[in-house]
Amino acid sequence: MGFMTLFILTGAVAVAAALGLLFARNAVYAALFLVLNMFALAVLYLALGAPFIAMVQITVYAGAIMVLFLFVIMLLGAEQLKEDGGPIAWQRPLALLLGLALLGELAYFVFAAATGQTRLLPPPEDFGTPHAVGQTLFQQYLLPFEVTSVLLLVAMVGAIVLVMNGKRAAQAQAEPEAEGS
Amino acid sequence: MDTALLLEWTLKVLILTFVLLTGFAYLTLLERKVLARIQVRLGPNRAGPYGLLQPLADGIKLLFKESIIPARADKVIFVLAPVVTVIPALVINAVLPWGRTVPMFGREVSLYVADINVALLYIMAISSIAVYGITLAGWSSNNKYALLGGLRAAAQMISYELALGLSLLGPVLLAGSLSLVDIVEAQRSMWYIVYQPLAAIIFLITGVAELNRAPFDLPEAEQELTAGYHTEYSGMKFALFYMAEYVKMITVSALFAVLFLGGYLGPFESQHPALGPVYLVVKILLGLFVLIWLRATLPRFRYDQLMRLGWKVLFPLALLNLVVTAVLVVLLG
Repeated sequence: MGFMTLFILTGAVAVAAALGLLFARNAVYAALFLVLNMFALAVLYLALGAPFIAMVQITVYAGAIMVLFLFVIMLLGAEQLKEDGGPIAWQRPLALLLGLALLGELAYFVFAAATGQTRLLPPPEDFGTPHAVGQTLFQQYLLPFEVTSVLLLVAMVGAIVLVMNGKRAAQAQAEPEAEGS
Repeated sequence: MDTALLLEWTLKVLILTFVLLTGFAYLTLLERKVLARIQVRLGPNRAGPYGLLQPLADGIKLLFKESIIPARADKVIFVLAPVVTVIPALVINAVLPWGRTVPMFGREVSLYVADINVALLYIMAISSIAVYGITLAGWSSNNKYALLGGLRAAAQMISYELALGLSLLGPVLLAGSLSLVDIVEAQRSMWYIVYQPLAAIIFLITGVAELNRAPFDLPEAEQELTAGYHTEYSGMKFALFYMAEYVKMITVSALFAVLFLGGYLGPFESQHPALGPVYLVVKILLGLFVLIWLRATLPRFRYDQLMRLGWKVLFPLALLNLVVTAVLVVLLG
């Protein structure tokens, strides 16, 4: 009973935060609503007995990624959204369509679970402990893990190359004689 | 869950909060006194004997100050920011072990609020969200100095968090657990500062950077930014930023003691567990003195120096320390 109350309360916070994110006219508020949403998800993970995932959720998403989002919003002074939706207006109908498809899929599986067509296996004894997560990540899913890390590295190198090219061009423009000598 | 257990937890939380907030008040006095002695002054000595009532006087003064909100500020976030700064500073202390269990009122009472098996991850999570309050305070003030201070704080705290997290992993690898109680218990034979001197130094440096204290106090560099992110704050809201900073000082010092100086361990602690908190307090005071000493000694870094130190020195060193420790743990079992 306690779990049900907690689930409903946290779920309500998560949904309200998600709606706030969608309808906020100020980008800083939108980012903060997203942070609140991630906190609600972390609480749900905790309630489901997965403290490791919950803490990582907060550290990575709320603590690192969203701080950078906020940093960029503030640095560029891009708080106010344009009313016309900008150059990506054509995405709106597509987003609506895909969202509806996802909702339908979700509803199907919820009903399937309720009528007993799919069965969830109970989690193993040490589910969600740091030890179990480490074992799974570095033995069963070692290759995907490494591929992901290489992907992130490539993205980082790409960002540095883009910045360096711009800098070099600016330098060459500023002092053409120095380059020749 | 029985009522007595609930009562025990509530009492422990209240006592810990009281200790932290009193500690904050007297830490401000300690800092002013120590700074004064280092600079051959006397420090506050008018309010009460040895100036012992000075924190009280400061508190009353701040409570009765007018609270000003700038007209063009974002009012909701302006009011929220000090709260968002203080709460992580307080709740992070929930996992700090002050000792083992002691018999009290006919029951075994553990001297920590929570011993969770992801305690260090919890600390990482909470410390990573501590930056929000400062950044939002800077943004919502609608003041260019405050905004610059907030942006600097965000950049600095994100940069130093990586090395900080990696330095925490040294003790984790040695103890084989993320629980702080396990990490302290694993140091019964030898403190980890002996096995992990590099991690200890990196933790101390990055800890000072996360605190935004001298020599890493660029977010509130008064010569360039008036007061940085809290330029527009006054009264109790201003005091909350100070409270967060000093409570975080206590936390960093306590974490250093727990991870590298054996936490609550000390002579005769195994026979008398009640001595644990005493040892931890002594070690925390030692750490606090070092933090104040650093502030009195070192000038502020320049911004490029700060970034170079964080990314090109501390981060590679912390990675190296992690790899060497991991290899040694595997080889030596």
